[in-house]
Amino acid sequence: MNALTLHRIQFGFTITYHYLFPQLTMGLALLIVVLKTVALRSRDAEKQAKYDVAARFWAKIFAINFLLGVVTGIPMEFQFGTNWSEFSRRTGGVIGMPLAMEGIFSFFLESAFLGLFLFGEKRLSRGFHWLSAVLVFVGSWISGFFIIVTNAWMQHPVGYTLLPNGVFEVSSFTQLLFNPWAWLEYAHNMCAAVVTASFVMAAVGALYVLQRREGSYGHIFLKLGVIAGIVSCVLQVFPTGDLHGKYMAKNQPTAIAAMEGLFHTEKGAGIIVMGQPDYETQTIDNPLRVNKVLSFLIYGTTSAEVEGLDHFPRDQWPSTLALLFYSYHIMVGLGTWFGLLMAVAAFYLWRGKLESARWILWCLLLSWPLPYVATTAGWMTAEIGRQPWLVFGLVRTSTGASSHVGAGNSLFTLLGFLGMYTLLSLLWIILVYKHIEHGLSAPDSAAHTQSLTA
Amino acid sequence: MATLWFWIVAVMLTAYVVLDGFDLGVGIVYLFVARTEAERGQALRSIGPVWDGNEVWLLAAGGTLFFAFPMLYASAFSGFYLPLMMVLWLLMLRGISVELRGRSADPLWRTFFDGLFSFSSVLLTIFFGAALGNVVRGVPIGADGYFFLPLWTNWRTGPNPGILDWYTVLGGVLALAALSLHGALYLALKTEGDLERRALTFARRIWLAAVALTAIGIPATVLARPASLNNYKGHPVSFLVPLAVIASVVTMRWAMSRTSRLPAFLASCAYLASMMVGAVTGLYPVLLPSVGTQGRDLTLAEAISSPHTLRVGLIWWCVGTSLALFYFGVVYWLFRGKVPVDADGYGH
Repeated sequence: MNALTLHRIQFGFTITYHYLFPQLTMGLALLIVVLKTVALRSRDAEKQAKYDVAARFWAKIFAINFLLGVVTGIPMEFQFGTNWSEFSRRTGGVIGMPLAMEGIFSFFLESAFLGLFLFGEKRLSRGFHWLSAVLVFVGSWISGFFIIVTNAWMQHPVGYTLLPNGVFEVSSFTQLLFNPWAWLEYAHNMCAAVVTASFVMAAVGALYVLQRREGSYGHIFLKLGVIAGIVSCVLQVFPTGDLHGKYMAKNQPTAIAAMEGLFHTEKGAGIIVMGQPDYETQTIDNPLRVNKVLSFLIYGTTSAEVEGLDHFPRDQWPSTLALLFYSYHIMVGLGTWFGLLMAVAAFYLWRGKLESARWILWCLLLSWPLPYVATTAGWMTAEIGRQPWLVFGLVRTSTGASSHVGAGNSLFTLLGFLGMYTLLSLLWIILVYKHIEHGLSAPDSAAHTQSLTA
Repeated sequence: MATLWFWIVAVMLTAYVVLDGFDLGVGIVYLFVARTEAERGQALRSIGPVWDGNEVWLLAAGGTLFFAFPMLYASAFSGFYLPLMMVLWLLMLRGISVELRGRSADPLWRTFFDGLFSFSSVLLTIFFGAALGNVVRGVPIGADGYFFLPLWTNWRTGPNPGILDWYTVLGGVLALAALSLHGALYLALKTEGDLERRALTFARRIWLAAVALTAIGIPATVLARPASLNNYKGHPVSFLVPLAVIASVVTMRWAMSRTSRLPAFLASCAYLASMMVGAVTGLYPVLLPSVGTQGRDLTLAEAISSPHTLRVGLIWWCVGTSLALFYFGVVYWLFRGKVPVDADGYGH
């Protein structure tokens, strides 16, 4: 493997692994705010206590995931410079801006108020404690916003000037922040984060109900998980997914064509529900095709012409075409499953029969890993779809890596990250499992009175 | 404008050294001064609510460096590839050890994370000291503005240096002494009983080492890069900085015998800050000195972003940093005073 491939694998691996944690914490932050708000507004002391305990339970899961998000996030900022120095040199004046803003506007806020939220429940008034939960939520969503602004500029560069020496500079700060791509991507991404958190919360609720333990907490988690789940699943498809797809079709037609496996320009193009693209023959094996749907989805009419890959020169086709096709189809397929499952669960919840519908509880319990798969697949769609460019249409991926960091060094650190993240995964599994196993009703053991730090 | 941003990044890095410095220092002295389970809990609780925020200064400084000086960011980060990656891994290990130790009551679990916490804190401090040493000494920048530094060569400074040579190792050891002193004084300030007493005794002893290493370190810097003196010669007023170093060291000694622990800790903050300012003054307007024959120093004028970027940046930087200082104020105020001995007093 050459150095470029290794740099790409390392960045891809570290960012994919990193994002397993923020997607949960961003979504969970919102759900914790809901729990704290119910507790704060309730006049009934018993209900208050209950929702406070529930919030505390999730705060600990939040804390573990936040920690892993922080420690796996630091390498992301560094790797722009270490592995992609030529890209950093040329675009740092633009993308360095949102990245620095993330640090200053979000990380300070999050770290300060997470400390207060986790350590300060006895020291702070109820209102202030609620406020610190809200500010942790705000901080994590601001953080997501600046990262998406960065990514959106790479997907759809706006508000820049290109200097003769190849360096980009910001010509309009407002255009950079109000890049339409950023707002669509942000909406779609944040809904996905809420989907992940909803499924995790509903799964823990389903587990407790199926195990007949933890009293009414199982019910609280199921209820909040399913309500947040159905809302976010619907928003995920419409309008956020729909609008994002349409905008993408206009601005990254190569990506859409490759995602849909559309090799040839067609009027009334269809979608392929399932199939295996063959890059050599430019056909799809075993296609399950639904005619005209793609034209309709993009242009609102079944007869519109959609540009296929043959419309573009080969050197602009996304590399690793088949992986892009599968990533996109996995994302859409799982998204459909989430919507259906949450719709059925919401119906049973509304009729008050969810807790006795064991098959739905089983589906909810087993489905919790799937949103992680779907978000990963979604991000792979976005990032592979952007290829062969780092900055779409402007900077090729092949020109962005650090020229002085060789394949040997890159493999060394890739292996290091693999080892390190294996350790982190083990710790995550042990700690989250222990915490869920320990539950909420049992009196705190010695280990648990010692909150996050000691 | 360029000079302003130079000092903004320098101040952010100094804030990082002073703030994260004390929790790194707690990590270094932790195994020596905190002996019992209760003391270790106390030591960790003294940094628990703040260490993460302290570390954010490193990230924020990194981000600011990225957009204000993209060329420096690109050149330095790729050139220091291996040591930076090790710093990342150490930051990870340290983060998990602080946070996860208390998650199980099992003595083996806790011993493991105690060891990891100390190990990563010690190595990180040495790395940071050596890193500063590398920047001050200079690196072999090529004609294209990039370089790639091996971990070690022949341990000498000169045209083909490595990450580690006698000068940068000295920087690492000096950092170790200075931050363990800083951490011990913080523990003396924030804890009670045997732990407080032991931390103070430790601080008294390590003070001597820190002073001796500083006394070697400053002339060594002039030896490793004679150009460091240029600004001092040009602006004799900057000799106030080394005077501030001496004053803070002396104050520290004097304050250690007082009953109030705060002055000694503040003097230690002043010591670290003036050391940083002293090093940065020696560099300006160079960002990364070159030691080779081919390349030239990477200067401020070359690496700076466009004026529009910097103007816009200045506005949100001022807003954002004021907010950050306000949060720091709130957190440090709420967790002011000594750490309670029982685990329950601080949280739930």
